[in-house]
Amino acid sequence: MPVLVEEKSTQVFQKFFVFWDRVGILLAFLVVFVMFGALTPVFFHPLNILNVIRQVSIIGVIAVGMTFVILLGGIDLSVGSIVAFTGIIAAGFQVKWGGSLFLSIVVPLLIGGGIGFLNGFISTKGKLHPFIVTLGMMSIFRGATLLVAQGKPISGMSPAFRFIGAGMVGPIPFPVILFLGCVIIAGIVLKRTVFGRYIYAIGGNEEAALLSGIMVERYKISAFTLLGFLSGLSGLILTSRLNSGELVAGQGYELDVIASVVIGGTSLMGGEGGVYGTLIGALLIGVVSNGLNLLGVQPYWQMIVKGVIVIFAVLLDRLKRRFRTA
Amino acid sequence: MSDAPILHFEKLTKRFPGVLALDGVTFSIQKGEVHALVGENGAGKSTLIKIVTGVYQKTAGEIFFEGKPVNFSSPHEALKNGIAAIYQEFNLIPALTVAENIFMGHHFVTRRFFVDWNRMRKEAQELMRFLDVDIDVDQKVRDLGVAKKQVVEIAKALSHRARVLIMDEPTATLAQKEIERLFRIIKVLKSEGVTIVYISHRLEEIYEICDRVTVLRDGRHIATRDVRDVTMEDLIRMMVGREVVERFPRVSHTAGEEVLRVEGLTRRGVLENISFSLRKGEILGIAGMVGSGRTELLRAIYGVDPIDEGKIYIRGKEARIRSPLDAINHGIALLPEERKVHGLVLLLSVLDNLGLPILPLVSVRGFIQDGRLKAIAQDMVQHMNIKTPSLFQRVMYLSGGNQQKVVLGKWFARNCDIYLFDEPTRGIDVGAKVEIYHLMNRLLERGASIVMVSSELPEVLAMSDRILVMREGRVVGELSREEATKEAILRLALGRREEYASVG
Repeated sequence: MPVLVEEKSTQVFQKFFVFWDRVGILLAFLVVFVMFGALTPVFFHPLNILNVIRQVSIIGVIAVGMTFVILLGGIDLSVGSIVAFTGIIAAGFQVKWGGSLFLSIVVPLLIGGGIGFLNGFISTKGKLHPFIVTLGMMSIFRGATLLVAQGKPISGMSPAFRFIGAGMVGPIPFPVILFLGCVIIAGIVLKRTVFGRYIYAIGGNEEAALLSGIMVERYKISAFTLLGFLSGLSGLILTSRLNSGELVAGQGYELDVIASVVIGGTSLMGGEGGVYGTLIGALLIGVVSNGLNLLGVQPYWQMIVKGVIVIFAVLLDRLKRRFRTA
Repeated sequence: MSDAPILHFEKLTKRFPGVLALDGVTFSIQKGEVHALVGENGAGKSTLIKIVTGVYQKTAGEIFFEGKPVNFSSPHEALKNGIAAIYQEFNLIPALTVAENIFMGHHFVTRRFFVDWNRMRKEAQELMRFLDVDIDVDQKVRDLGVAKKQVVEIAKALSHRARVLIMDEPTATLAQKEIERLFRIIKVLKSEGVTIVYISHRLEEIYEICDRVTVLRDGRHIATRDVRDVTMEDLIRMMVGREVVERFPRVSHTAGEEVLRVEGLTRRGVLENISFSLRKGEILGIAGMVGSGRTELLRAIYGVDPIDEGKIYIRGKEARIRSPLDAINHGIALLPEERKVHGLVLLLSVLDNLGLPILPLVSVRGFIQDGRLKAIAQDMVQHMNIKTPSLFQRVMYLSGGNQQKVVLGKWFARNCDIYLFDEPTRGIDVGAKVEIYHLMNRLLERGASIVMVSSELPEVLAMSDRILVMREGRVVGELSREEATKEAILRLALGRREEYASVG
């Protein structure tokens, strides 16, 4: 049982967290944004801004799906490997297996969804923690990627396929449209549909949800399937943008994705948060990487900074819960 | 019993943001007495004991312990000075042995670094002998039942030479026999001069075990009396602040046709060959010790746990129930034992919680129709008299009674007509209990039927039309309202196997 700090400060903290819940993350983002702008004038250049959000889209699409899984109290470490595997399959259909645009889009998406389904199915039916199941899947599909590619990247996509990752609609990159589309749809689903509300209920109290007649396992499997599908979409975007199915594609994405969700205020304990926070969280990570790049900071530092931000975000969530129950 | 108070509170005040939890409370607890602390939820009982044990810091006033003013900054400091508290959630480490738990924090050591196992085990065994209980001190705590864990907590307090032992609802999760053992232990402690502060919602117990009683209401001290000098009605009036006409407002109904029949239900190792029927408009009480399979029976009927054998008929037709959703679709609702753990999503609003089972019914192609949902929820809040500032209030901020009403409201909204209640009034104060009983009556009037598992015998006796008694996973007897007495139930619930061989 936590010993209460002085009442006065408790009150201040409670007010702070109510405030933080509403606009804190947005404020933090704006501060970082303006700070980098002040430090490097290039940062505010429209081309750079577009570059940042295009970069963010690849992670962001996955983060939208991850928001669902984390809201349920789950986690998925295999997303990076799904990106690589679906990417190599897409590249395979483009370059080696007939060059059908339709197949090179649809098959990777289905495979992504399928892997997500397996993640959900094994962890719910086998009553295993998704952490360990998806850790296994992470290794399996990194290996499968190397196997399919026979150790060599597959390059040379068709112009039509290249549109997915490199195309523009007016001044806006196509991946950005895909990303924002996902955010908006996910926002509506979480807020207005039975599926969305049940996600919150299960994440908040699984037993109560079950006893209320909610098919808990079905919703969990659906959320993992959705995440797998969106990881597949990310794989398409990345392969298209790089014009190549790369063996190391998506490596380390799980950190950026989970970080985006957590920084965005979704609780790792489940039941609280939302996809708009994830949008800002992903942008924040993108802006930090880009800003440090422009400042000429060694890339190694970026990883360190990202790690610090993640721990800080989780710490904030912890404190928030503490002061709410006090 | 000497005259010097061991604990004295002088104008004790505690202010939380927006709430005055304790308002100038003044009273004394005598050395060696068993002192009951009663009051409704929110009366200030927990705040008081948390200040005494150093969990909270007082805002104003004084606490005198053995004549000296004290102000403990942590439970650890309170314990070192001889004040121990046992809460409903135990403070034990499941993976360690009984002996280790008892001496946690003050292990005996040899040569400075090594745990002196022999001495620790011996002293632990001595404590067990003193308390006159049979617990193997080498057992892991996780293998003990609730009652024995509680004994370990008591032993732990004694190992710290606690002179004041505070017990918060110690009997809430105990069966009758275990309660008797606890009372025996309390008497032993009392004879050794240990002062007990006893908090309970079960007023019957206070008359059984306590010397004096203090009533708190809305953070104020209402009265401190000799238990002999105060009737239960007086006590309730002081707690509630108004007259409670009836503690158990049972309205009699004429039972109609059979709505639920269970035949030969078996879940291996847990439930054995259980058969009974439930008629429209009746309350079927299920009594028995904790662990006799009562909760498990409800869970099996509700489709949470799979059954190995047996059939369930609903309104004469066999029903295949494989999940709670199946049960709900057959009109069955479960009100689980632990509201917070199983009944509510505390983080979500009243609206979201009321909506849980009905969302699919108020949606079109997966999209929730907000207007319809809100209308139904609003209706429920009024109908159930749920006290909440708005539909959007998180249920974690409601009182226990109001939380229970939200759980019940979920099923009202879904129009269920077979209600499985598991300990419907546990941890709820007197006033709110009566309201829950009224709601049960209203359910019956609407043509619903109720199966009620309860460990509170007065409640089972007063509210049930018929009573099933369970023991070791079997139904060992059925009593009509006329036949049912406390003794009859206990005889069946404790009875030896051969006595009920013919019944089961």
